[in-house]
Amino acid sequence: MRRIDYLLIEDWVPRRATVLDLGCGDGDLLAELIEKKEVRGSGVEISQSAVEACVARGLSVYHGDLDEGLADYDDASFDVVILSFSLQQLRRPRLVVREMARVGRLVVVSFPNFAHWRTRGQIFFGGHMPTSSELPYEWYDTPNIHLCTVRDFRRLCAHEGLLIEREAFLRSFEKRAAPLPLPNLRARIAIFAVSRGASTG
Amino acid sequence: MADGADTSKTIGDVPVGLGDDAGNAGIVVTQTVTVAEPPGRLPLESGDRLGPITLAFETYGELSHRRDNAILVLHALSGDAHVAGRHTAEDKRPGWWDMLIGPGKALDTDKFFVICSNVIGGCGGSTGPSSIDPRSGEPYGIRFPIITVADMVEAQALLLDHLGIERLLAVMGGSMGGMQALQWAVAHPERVHQVIAMATAARQPTQAIAFNEVGRQAIMADPDWNGGDYYGHGRPAKGLSVARMLGHITYLSDEAMREKFGRRLQDIHDYSFTFSADFQVESYLRYQGLSFTERFDANTYLYITRALDYFDMTRGGRGLSQVFRDVTARFLVMAFSSDWLHPPYQLKEIVSALRTTHKHVSYYEVASDFGHDAFLLEREKMEGVIAAFLASGVRTYHFAPGRPTFRASATSRAAVTDAAKADRPSPSSGETEAGGASAVAERRPRLRRRWGRK
Repeated sequence: MRRIDYLLIEDWVPRRATVLDLGCGDGDLLAELIEKKEVRGSGVEISQSAVEACVARGLSVYHGDLDEGLADYDDASFDVVILSFSLQQLRRPRLVVREMARVGRLVVVSFPNFAHWRTRGQIFFGGHMPTSSELPYEWYDTPNIHLCTVRDFRRLCAHEGLLIEREAFLRSFEKRAAPLPLPNLRARIAIFAVSRGASTG
Repeated sequence: MADGADTSKTIGDVPVGLGDDAGNAGIVVTQTVTVAEPPGRLPLESGDRLGPITLAFETYGELSHRRDNAILVLHALSGDAHVAGRHTAEDKRPGWWDMLIGPGKALDTDKFFVICSNVIGGCGGSTGPSSIDPRSGEPYGIRFPIITVADMVEAQALLLDHLGIERLLAVMGGSMGGMQALQWAVAHPERVHQVIAMATAARQPTQAIAFNEVGRQAIMADPDWNGGDYYGHGRPAKGLSVARMLGHITYLSDEAMREKFGRRLQDIHDYSFTFSADFQVESYLRYQGLSFTERFDANTYLYITRALDYFDMTRGGRGLSQVFRDVTARFLVMAFSSDWLHPPYQLKEIVSALRTTHKHVSYYEVASDFGHDAFLLEREKMEGVIAAFLASGVRTYHFAPGRPTFRASATSRAAVTDAAKADRPSPSSGETEAGGASAVAERRPRLRRRWGRK
């Protein structure tokens, strides 16, 4: 089963674009983009074993920490910069998003929406930190230190002067959903494509 | 011998070899070949010429019928051609990178044909300052021409011609070996499919020049050095020993020294209140220095450190990304966290330059306390990514059929030497390569996308 969020991102990435995937993991998305969209892609990943996996697949990957920023990368050096489900694990998410918008012409960010009604319900009725298939960790061992909501991300974009080019909301990784009204309540997964806007045609 | 796929490790879904029962490279013999015989002497970067050149080399595994499985391993300052296996069954120690090379190891000699040669200027069997100058019948001494990393690479290219290997699956090395690997990719882009460069830099850092200078001064201050003419009557063991002790400090790290020696005393329970080697670290360094003088030539130390200091890929004012512009190889660049001779930033600089032009490059940082020497020690942390990279290289290696290969013949030397001269990149021209088109990676049209607003 192919992940719906990957399919959507794949749709948004132009053919033969240059792509940087931040927190690329084992390189699943990158490998798909290279195969389907003939992109020239590379990834950044902090886990040693994930970097090995990427190298084994023949991917170009940089073993490093996103929180150190993207200072090594030139302005607008990539067509698309992707941050798939890693935003919530960053120590400095705002800096990274800002840097992504500097380095990439299009910035794609996906994250678990913390304002989903089930999440709200778990706090409201259960009185405990929420867990779900997208947020499987207990509060004491979660790597997710900067969870946010659809509304929060839109506000961040506004603060950073980023233009929202596209957005998509999903109820799961597996099922393609009909358009979701009230996404901040109903979406488990949010995907945004943003840009600095000013320089685009 | 690895028994096959059952024991081999997979990374992700990709089998990369590395069986648990990795064997050793067995008994090997150092071979020699003579190239660049007059009048076809090798033109050097200095403008001088060198020839004839004897090259000492060892090979492991078998060259495939298609000659597409050759890996050239490049040694560092004090290394030699003996990279793996043993010369005799009684040898106490195997070659210097034996941990990575052998059946079932990262450089699996059941699959790959591994070559390592002693650099020119060396003292491990290749022509160097201790060799006899055919013009005088005396050892060269410091009449040996100054050689550079680029010259080392050109001499290796002649060796490959001799072996009938047109294109390498990979070039690989640490420290000075990494410099040679980078130089290979730039000087002969059509001959290199993959580069593994570790614990190295695109230009010798200032601090390393400083240390080398102290080492050279120690050698030249030794009265036994005698202006470089000591062959046949002693050797500047004291000077070379001090140079090696200093060098050795730069290969370790604060953590490694604390861990390995601490303030422990050597064979005594209290201070001796003398200047003898009370501390283990002193004793260790003295031993390292002394044993080095038994296997290494002081003049070679001068020449090779000079070659290191002169190494600067940006010499001539070109930016590093510009230097790498015509490179087609895939790169794996590896840094070691506690290496203070070539700290990670120097490796990142290489990665950054390659990335500017969207070359295929991966960066891998090994967390290690062993300092610069980590590239010779951290087998478990290195072998996975190296094996993975080589495996991906095999898949992406497209051997161009129908291309003429060099015959393994001694008669091609002179012609090859001329070709080597033509291949030398010059600051004014980055495109001196001829006939390398088939190896040039497909350049995808750079996309200039305009993002329409939705």
